[in-house]
Amino acid sequence: MSEHIRLKKGLDIPLAGAAPAKIAETVAPDLVALKPTDFKALVPKLAVKEGDSVQAGDVLFVDKMNQQVRFCSPCSGVVQQIVRGDKRKLLAVVVKVEGQQSVKFDTVDCSKLDKQAVTAILQERGLWPMIKQRPYGIIANGDDTPKSIFVSAMNTAPLAPDADFIMDGQMENLQAGIDALGRLTKGGVHFSLAAAKEAGSAMHDLKGVIFHTFDGPHPAGNVGVQINHISPINKGEIVWTVDLVSLAAIGRCLRTGVYDMTRMVAITGPAAKEPCYVKGVQGMSLKSIAKYTAEGNVRYVSGDALTGESVGADGFLGYFDNQVTILEEGDYYELLGWIKPFRLKKFSFSHLYWSWLAGKKKTYNLDTNTNGGARAFVVSDVYGKVLPMDIYPVYLLKACLAKDIEKMENLGIYEVIPEDLALCEFVCPSKIEIQKILSDGIDLMLKEMA
Amino acid sequence: MSALRNTLDKMKPTFSKGGKLSALGSFFDAMETFFFVPKTVNRSGAHIKDSIDLKRTMITVIIALMPVFLFSIYNIGYQMNLAYGYGWGFWMIVWKGFLKILPLYLVSYIVGLFFECMFAQIKGEEVNEGYFVTGFLIPLIMPVNIPLWMLAIAVAFAVVIGKEVFGGTGMNIWNPALLARAFLFFAYPKMMSGDSVWIAHKCGVDAVSCATPLSEMASGNLHYSALDMFVGLIPGSIGETSTLCILLGACVLIFTGVGSWKIMLSCVAGALLMGLLGDVPAYYQLVMGGFAFGCVFMATDPVTSAQTETGKWIYGFLVGAFAVLLRLFNPGYPEGMMLSILLMNTFAPLIDHLVVGANIRRRLRRAKTV
Repeated sequence: MSEHIRLKKGLDIPLAGAAPAKIAETVAPDLVALKPTDFKALVPKLAVKEGDSVQAGDVLFVDKMNQQVRFCSPCSGVVQQIVRGDKRKLLAVVVKVEGQQSVKFDTVDCSKLDKQAVTAILQERGLWPMIKQRPYGIIANGDDTPKSIFVSAMNTAPLAPDADFIMDGQMENLQAGIDALGRLTKGGVHFSLAAAKEAGSAMHDLKGVIFHTFDGPHPAGNVGVQINHISPINKGEIVWTVDLVSLAAIGRCLRTGVYDMTRMVAITGPAAKEPCYVKGVQGMSLKSIAKYTAEGNVRYVSGDALTGESVGADGFLGYFDNQVTILEEGDYYELLGWIKPFRLKKFSFSHLYWSWLAGKKKTYNLDTNTNGGARAFVVSDVYGKVLPMDIYPVYLLKACLAKDIEKMENLGIYEVIPEDLALCEFVCPSKIEIQKILSDGIDLMLKEMA
Repeated sequence: MSALRNTLDKMKPTFSKGGKLSALGSFFDAMETFFFVPKTVNRSGAHIKDSIDLKRTMITVIIALMPVFLFSIYNIGYQMNLAYGYGWGFWMIVWKGFLKILPLYLVSYIVGLFFECMFAQIKGEEVNEGYFVTGFLIPLIMPVNIPLWMLAIAVAFAVVIGKEVFGGTGMNIWNPALLARAFLFFAYPKMMSGDSVWIAHKCGVDAVSCATPLSEMASGNLHYSALDMFVGLIPGSIGETSTLCILLGACVLIFTGVGSWKIMLSCVAGALLMGLLGDVPAYYQLVMGGFAFGCVFMATDPVTSAQTETGKWIYGFLVGAFAVLLRLFNPGYPEGMMLSILLMNTFAPLIDHLVVGANIRRRLRRAKTV
């Protein structure tokens, strides 16, 4: 019998452009890229130069502070470009895909190994960066022993890929991944399923995990929210999290010995030409799926509309992302928009528009317009309505702004990462950049606590 | 529409940095964003944002104030008509009331927006829409005979000392509109209380004396019925008299979620409980004086009220209780609502501090038990 947790606070944004559950095709991208910027606080050290040949699973760069942590090429080919930004900051390593060679590893059964052995295997194979640490949402440190490990098999973000659909046929891989994770902690692997699908889900048969079921609107699927309800993080404690796609990739590499980063990618969003799923690969170029996305004045987001990164038409999928969201750019003026009584096409969580009366099935074409100017915090009750955690978001954010470490600690900085407060940012009438404030706060914590 | 847009686009360089009229940049910006939702797009964090903004929130409060506003116009004319026995018809009453209220609004908005724009310009920020509401509220809580120069000083005080010195909308400690009234109450008490300020003067004639229900209650011979006071055709500050119209406004605020129903409910509960100690029935307290107006439109100000949901219950209850306490036991001030709200504005951060402190203790205790 698994623990059932029902959350009431939150919001499912009715964004148009969900992908129907069928696979359009298998995409073979020309280019793939690995971006160190997908990892919080990572200082990368390059291991290749332009023109080098690589196989899938060959290391492209490592963590400078912890060089066993490797970041490997998802495909075989030639390193075409090393992209650098200001102060020569490494932004991406772009690989031109040629052939399908992969580094061959042994197949291993982790269930008989100890923690150190499993850690070494994961690090050697470039699977370690897939394990994230809470607090802070950084790459896990192999020397730590986490209180427990959390996996969310429920994705509630806007237009997020359906967990059961993308994991179809992956159960053995997931099981192998869980077996490995189980060796890394004494507290067990917590596995959260969506209550609505619990009964029919093939994942319900996984072994060696502690099941929980969650029910409720976004952010109920966020692993941070789930941790808060299962076993909240206290000062000094560390837990690890792994997302479902990465867990399957870890398991696959251990079980078959092949570094295979293919995954189902959902192409979604109101501006997407043809929302669908494709079989793609980690870090693939968005150009390779151009016929499904869009042209014109649109924004290409790798990830979901709340937390993803705008990468541009020539951009690449992020390390963890298995979703592309295409949104219209909202760079237009609207005459007296704020005072118009109806504006039926606009969505709002508040009751100041009519969308709350329109029923749950209606979807909206939300664009990237800010819908108003930036202001100080004025309205006080709206943030708590979309955050199902025992945290006062505005007070936490003000502590971040004031750089008051003790207050940040006391108010729960260890329990959240920006994605958990993304909905607060969405509903904020003052248009405050909440995720950025929190991210800066976490950077400060990392600096001060080091 | 596009003609207006083109004109604004043409004017923009003149008002932008380096342009001839850049000193009026914030005013231009306020006008531009008044007419057009700006074309800014989300640069960091969430790529999509809710359609709500503060302009929409503020205009909703003004819509909620409309019944009160319209009734006030009528009541000003009605009280004049009654006191001087003119025998005016309905439209004449409305017209006379309108003529009385118009200058108050002109002064309130011109003076207030002047200071708002000035501070926005100095700070290099956008003009805040908070004054939309403040400027609308201030005339409604004044006696109709308030001299315009006094109103101007009060508005300046409220905007500059009440709000801008703290950093503008969102940072202020006290409700700016109430601060305007409090300023006049202490600086020019004769114009703010007594029996002669509630009915618009006739030229060349001495003021008509007419007691409000509160002063009657203070002197112990209340002759207004609860229904009179509920409907509101009685003397009093411009917008405070009609509990009926205020209730309509409360419905709008609660329905849209702009005003906190928790504060309104607990405020009424506090007043009723304290009202049990008085000679008149407790529910009289709800329809007399500025209680209803303060409870619905002033105490619920999101910036100066308690910020936490638990805090709102405590805050609202104390506002109501203190207001009636002052009415019943302080012979100096017949009306207690204004001072009660300002007092609780002062203590709202303390209430929140305790509520948030409880959250912190929960977190620490959790860490210890593990």
